[in-house]
Amino acid sequence: MPVSLTINNRSCSAPDGATILDAARLAGIEIPTLCHHPDLSNVGACRMCVVSVQGARALQTACTTPVRDGMVVDTMSADAVATRKFVLEMLLTDHPNDCMGCEVAGDCELQDLVYDHGVQWPEHSGQRHDWPIDPDPNPFIFIDRNKCILCSRCIRACGEIQNRDVWSFAQRGFATKLVAGADEMLLDARCESCGQCVAYCPVGALTDKMSRGKGRTTQVETVRTTCSYCGVGCNFDLNIRGGQIVRVTSAQDAPVNGMALCVKGRYGYDYVHNPERLTRPLVRAKWLTGVEEKVNSNQWTVISQAEKRTATHRSTNGASATALITDNRSLITDDTFIQTDWDTALDVVAGKFAAEKMAHGGDAFAVLASAKCTNEENFLFAKLTRQLLSTNSIDHCARL
Amino acid sequence: MSTPISLTPQPEATLAVNDPAHRWIAVCMGTGCSSSASTEVGAALREELVKNGLENGVEVRRTGCFGFCEQGPITVVYPDETFYTQVKPQNASKIVQEHVVGGQPVERLLYKDPASAVLVEKWHEIGFYGKQQRILLGNCGVIDPENIGHYLAKDGYQALRKCLLELTPEEIIDEMISSNLRGRGGGGFPAGMKWKLARQTQSWPKYVICNADEGDPGAFMDRSVLEGDPHSVIEGMIIAAYAIGADRGYIYCRAEYPLAIERLKIALAQARQLGLLGENILGSGFNCDLEVKEGAGAFVCGEETALMASIMGERGQPWPRPPYPAVAGVWGQPSNVNNVKSYAYTPRIMRNGADWFRSIGTEKSPGTAVFALTGQVQRTGLIEVPMGITVREIIEDIGGGVALGKRFKAVQTGGPLGGCLPEQYLDTPVDFDSLRAVGAVMGSGGMIVADETTCMVEFARYFMKFVVDESCGKCPPCRIGSLRMLEILDRITEGEGTLEDLDELHRLAEGMQRGSLCGLGQLAPSPVLSVLRFFEDEFRAHIIDKACPAHKCKALITFDIVAELCTGCMVCGRNCGSNAITGEKRGVHVIDPDLCERCGMCAEVCKFDAVRIVSPR
Repeated sequence: MPVSLTINNRSCSAPDGATILDAARLAGIEIPTLCHHPDLSNVGACRMCVVSVQGARALQTACTTPVRDGMVVDTMSADAVATRKFVLEMLLTDHPNDCMGCEVAGDCELQDLVYDHGVQWPEHSGQRHDWPIDPDPNPFIFIDRNKCILCSRCIRACGEIQNRDVWSFAQRGFATKLVAGADEMLLDARCESCGQCVAYCPVGALTDKMSRGKGRTTQVETVRTTCSYCGVGCNFDLNIRGGQIVRVTSAQDAPVNGMALCVKGRYGYDYVHNPERLTRPLVRAKWLTGVEEKVNSNQWTVISQAEKRTATHRSTNGASATALITDNRSLITDDTFIQTDWDTALDVVAGKFAAEKMAHGGDAFAVLASAKCTNEENFLFAKLTRQLLSTNSIDHCARL
Repeated sequence: MSTPISLTPQPEATLAVNDPAHRWIAVCMGTGCSSSASTEVGAALREELVKNGLENGVEVRRTGCFGFCEQGPITVVYPDETFYTQVKPQNASKIVQEHVVGGQPVERLLYKDPASAVLVEKWHEIGFYGKQQRILLGNCGVIDPENIGHYLAKDGYQALRKCLLELTPEEIIDEMISSNLRGRGGGGFPAGMKWKLARQTQSWPKYVICNADEGDPGAFMDRSVLEGDPHSVIEGMIIAAYAIGADRGYIYCRAEYPLAIERLKIALAQARQLGLLGENILGSGFNCDLEVKEGAGAFVCGEETALMASIMGERGQPWPRPPYPAVAGVWGQPSNVNNVKSYAYTPRIMRNGADWFRSIGTEKSPGTAVFALTGQVQRTGLIEVPMGITVREIIEDIGGGVALGKRFKAVQTGGPLGGCLPEQYLDTPVDFDSLRAVGAVMGSGGMIVADETTCMVEFARYFMKFVVDESCGKCPPCRIGSLRMLEILDRITEGEGTLEDLDELHRLAEGMQRGSLCGLGQLAPSPVLSVLRFFEDEFRAHIIDKACPAHKCKALITFDIVAELCTGCMVCGRNCGSNAITGEKRGVHVIDPDLCERCGMCAEVCKFDAVRIVSPR
């Protein structure tokens, strides 16, 4: 049974069990929120969504108050608006005046609300927190507790979405501190670095460590993509600046995963720009004996083990490795990798498959397919295995 | 169906509790008296009785609190009702030989009225008890709280029997509504209405919860009830459980009350053994069991939603209502949360009827109120008075007036979330509505009297500091607002305040009241606001004159020796911890204001009142 109520003198209707916030949003009436997130449970902590309800003793939080038939709500009552301004002002009295340098400027819910409500920066001589910045060695998550507004969205994201319960609050009152585990380092507190807490943080308290200084959300172009790591098919937005991926952000409307991502999806994008990334096939020198280089190829290149090592080395330590490469270029052994073209490499593989099958039959083969392939590719793999290689020994890595 | 269990106590228990000729000695073993060695007093009395061959003729009984804790350990010899104060183990032989054997009261241990200097022999004749009406505390000081037989002999569990076997839950709720018992935790919400709401919710299991997380500084009403008469609370809870349809419950008691917890656990075990808890209680087919949950010391856990969060093992933080506990409480299930005293009243109301209850107190606030009377009054302690008594009667007749001949300044009710009343409001009747109308609150029962030596700015600052320490931190108005208020109050007591600060205090107070999530934050500004309302001149003196009229704020006072009064006895100099006082023997002494730390020791030790406190400096 839908419930009929009046919000700001407008008749609205909402499903039974809806909150005032749900009802208002259904009716297109905006109520500011800070600790609320549609994916998370409601706690009514931040007091931004307070509204006046006729007959109620005090202001009610729209995010937690269920609608009732005949309820009369005023979202813009003088009391409600004054309370929102008071809350914002109080939060600013314990917040660094660092929007200029802040990683999330332009993408900060607190900043937007302060702007919307015309709250001035409160100068005062009272206490402000002075927590150490970036105190945690976690390679992906950057913590600045001075910017934390204790909304508990990270706590709920970690507990309710990731089911890890890493974050919680310690102490109480003004001394309340967001802590991992028993006030320890993230990785010691069972953190699997999924970054859900970062994705749900409305301010700059939790940010992506690898992305700091590389581009605010207002400075990047986003490209929606599907994660290539496993078969779940999570969607997210690559944040691109200057042709480089600088960050991955969750996409609320992603059909499979919503805001949720795992550590690989959110932080495992560095391979894209890695100089070691394979873009062409490599074949060991001994398998190329007698194989003709294709007419249009001309691209066979010696990639020795030594060079692979120094290539890595070079990325961190420039010039000193060059000499080593020159030295090793002449040392081609049987196991040296030669970069070839696809036709050559596939011919080598096909030839060896055929020879093995002739010599030992189909059961000499076992095939492990990859979760990184699409369903269609895996289907083709099964056909290849069963029909061409003549074996049923095919399996799948399920998850990478 | 099993046979109904007999609620008839052992004959000796009935005799012990109800026979007016029974010879016995009550030894208070509440927290107050037992911390001044009343347990040893009891042992010494027993030993002495054995020595005199009286161990079978005279009973030494551990009892709950008499309320007159400042005079403890308290011992009362029956049937004479002779009230002995400040009894030490070494007094046992005198009490036994002179009184029990010789029939003469031990004068040295009797209470001497400070005003008239008259020795008072019987306990009901002491001014402290004159205007009291001990109903909730009726068994305290009488029965042995660890003996269920004593409680049964006082008609204990008869109300439960009547409720389970003769009344429907609806009839019980109607009776409670008709009694108009208002929640004794301080809110004053009618208990019967609360039960009705919990009964209406169609979801099981349901829970009854007793809020025994008494946290107001200096208040110990609930503790004394739990320590002195635990079964009355348990009986009330089982009746409430039956009325709302609950079959389980918790008593949430702060861990700082180890004796109350111990007595509760003993009482629960005894009740369970007698079949008053567990399955098929008294053959009625009704099942119910209760357990004790210990709080970990957070004031905010006295707030019902924070209390339930704590029971569930979560951080003790409140959650917004609605939904109310009667709809979704602990473990998301309907829960009825009442204060210790509300439950303790329940069996008495069900036994004697709503009409009896309404005949006590006032029409809108029937019954009695229990207060912990503290501060600068002659007599402090736990008192129970009929609602409607005036604040003046409590302070002057029960408390004996302000101590040391000082002038009265203010009285704070409702603890850190209450308000203070000045002299002109002393004739306000004590009831939920009258106190609220003048800006104080009933609260759960703290009453602190301040005399003229109290700085009201510091008084307000003290309570705000308490709130800053106890705020849970969940919502910004309370978490940050309370600190900003405290910072201003700190500034003012240090002489750094401005008149704009007063407006700022009002603005912050309004923001906290309007915006805070729970009662703690919403009521936290009350003490400051009431001091601003009644004692604004003291704020102004601190700000404009840089003076503390009560001579308490260290930053605004200086110590000075009046040359004409100083005899040069050198006592002040010897006691000064910072060597700030110089002077020759028989010569006038001088305080160096730069070295003086304004501890006040010199003024305290000077026999000639030569040390004067000056403010402004």
